[in-house]
Amino acid sequence: MTAYTMPDKTGKYGDFGGRFVPELLMPAVLELEEEYETAMKDPDFTSKLNYYLKQYIGRETPLYFAEQLTKNLGGAKVYLKREDLNHTGAHKINNTIGQALLTARMGKKKVVAETGAGQHGVATATVCALLDLECIVFMGEEDIRRQKLNVFRMELLGAEVRSVSQGSGTLKDAVNEALRYWVNHVEDTHYIIGSVVGPHPFPKIVRDLQSVIGSETKKQIMEQNGKLPEAVVACVGGGSNAMGMFYPFIEDKDVALFGVEAGGAGIETNKHAATLSGGDIGVLHGTMTYLLQDEHGQIEEASSISAGLDYPGVGPEHSHLHETNRVTYTSITDEEALDAFQYLSKTEGIIPALESSHAVAYAMKLAPEMSPDETIVICLSGRGDKDVEQVKDRIGGEL
Amino acid sequence: MGKAKLEKALHEKIKSNQNIFAPYIMAGDGGLDILEERINFIQDCGASAIELGIPFSDPVADGPTIQEAGIRALDNGTTLTNVLETLQSTKENRSIPIVIMTYLNPILVYGIEKFAKDAANAGVDGIIIPDLPMEEEHIISPSLSDHDIAFVRLAAMTSPKERLVELAKRSEGFLYAVAVNGTTGARTKHDTNVTSYLDDLKKYSDVPVLAGFGVSNSEQAHALSKHCDGVIVGSKIVQLLHEKQFKEVNRLIQESILAEVKS
Ligand SMILES: Cc1ncc(COP(=O)(O)O)c(C=O)c1O
Repeated sequence: MTAYTMPDKTGKYGDFGGRFVPELLMPAVLELEEEYETAMKDPDFTSKLNYYLKQYIGRETPLYFAEQLTKNLGGAKVYLKREDLNHTGAHKINNTIGQALLTARMGKKKVVAETGAGQHGVATATVCALLDLECIVFMGEEDIRRQKLNVFRMELLGAEVRSVSQGSGTLKDAVNEALRYWVNHVEDTHYIIGSVVGPHPFPKIVRDLQSVIGSETKKQIMEQNGKLPEAVVACVGGGSNAMGMFYPFIEDKDVALFGVEAGGAGIETNKHAATLSGGDIGVLHGTMTYLLQDEHGQIEEASSISAGLDYPGVGPEHSHLHETNRVTYTSITDEEALDAFQYLSKTEGIIPALESSHAVAYAMKLAPEMSPDETIVICLSGRGDKDVEQVKDRIGGEL
Repeated sequence: MGKAKLEKALHEKIKSNQNIFAPYIMAGDGGLDILEERINFIQDCGASAIELGIPFSDPVADGPTIQEAGIRALDNGTTLTNVLETLQSTKENRSIPIVIMTYLNPILVYGIEKFAKDAANAGVDGIIIPDLPMEEEHIISPSLSDHDIAFVRLAAMTSPKERLVELAKRSEGFLYAVAVNGTTGARTKHDTNVTSYLDDLKKYSDVPVLAGFGVSNSEQAHALSKHCDGVIVGSKIVQLLHEKQFKEVNRLIQESILAEVKS
């Protein structure tokens, strides 16, 4: 395989990506790109970033051999990359710490962010508290209802949570409002976007900051098992934990990569968030990528039990990796994710986030088809504490 | 037709010492069956051109008024396809230039080349795409140019001089000077630095310069028109039309175009 060098200078991943934003934001987007490139070459900046990753977030996270799960599934050895053990309980903070340091470096004092599950909002509010930045988080009305505790956490951390009632009151609507806020306050505010979406350079910045997941995994699996895994599985909402996990493996063509989207009630029902399986190409939130949309180019509402996967777009690099077949994208339904949520809790004593449960559920299908000398790594992107109440409501007396 | 028609119409206003006034209306707000009537009404009020908005599910450059108009239009079943059909079937009955303002995605899904061809046939004279910066515009500019549709560029107060110069050089029909650092929506006044920004754009641009975003009354229209060729009024017009305050629309347009002492 030839060297993988995406994105190109204009922020394109093949036919995808780019910068489809109003002129008003172009200077900020160009400045961000320049600042980011110089910051990453500045040893002061990278050593500060590494310091916080280690001492504040608690990296590196373990790569844990899930012995019970492996035994029960009766196939490949299953490892869990424990992003749930990061400070704040998910991978999201790998990105927010880097972008918050960048914000300070650019001399901006204010941050705006969107959140779905509340995980990115909490991770943003946390680093803003740490670095003394003002923080406003937009969150859909419906998500505020689903994730009450995270709203309170953000407020405890000193952030202002603004409810978004437009549309279905979920992640897409929160991104719209965060973008509008940025349009109105671009001169003193940085937008910390929560996934590998949005205009260039956001998808690249977020991927780079998250790729610590894959780099650590690669080193750890070599130490523990002496060879690269046969398969790597991650859930895909916007796609940041997946991109961070996949990126260091892209040129290792014997490692099969699986991105798991939210199948909701089932792709055939149209109530899902499986953009790559059930969408087509368009432009939303500043980037060209696969989208859920109608035949007139109006964006449709996504639907998933998991607030963090409930987004009708996907990072442009995933669209590229889909078209070039480097990554296989599949989907898992709400029901399957709920089963995996309970199964991992019982077998390993680890309650996974509903988002991550999608990856677990797919690995549970994959492992029995593989041989015991093969290995699978699952990116366990977050812990499930935030979802316990919702799962209880949903499964009721079944426990 | 097309670009030439738009340029001619605007230059005639300038020659007759009028301020240009281009109202924005949302296609399908109130139903597509009243679109023709609305266009004729605006034309009779003395407007110079109409900016016709296509509703989009995720209008990130728009404030609440235009967002809500877009939702009403989408609820009425408005699509880019049926707007173009309506413009096509009514084109003999109007003389005022039509400039479509739409986010990129509906055009992409319609098909860029097919859009340019159908828009030209429907008597569309210009197009404004708020989420398409210079860096990405090559995906559509050749098709627009083939079909003689004026491709209006937007300038912003955040743009550095080199970008403003380049935008002014590329713009066709007129140059759209975004006059606020923000989304669309009625405001009662503008920042003081808007005047030097407009003065600069006038220096850089061979086509007329129109100020838009945040303009809601004739005092603002006059103040801004001293530094450029006229204004675009969106949210205020959309609101007045929604409330059926037609006299107010007429008054706003009439008072704004009045050639005050324009040095
Ligand atoms: C634990 C967890 N995993 C995954 C996601 C999905 O985001 P992404 O696809 O960007 O990793 C979220 C989003 O909130 C999350 O909280």
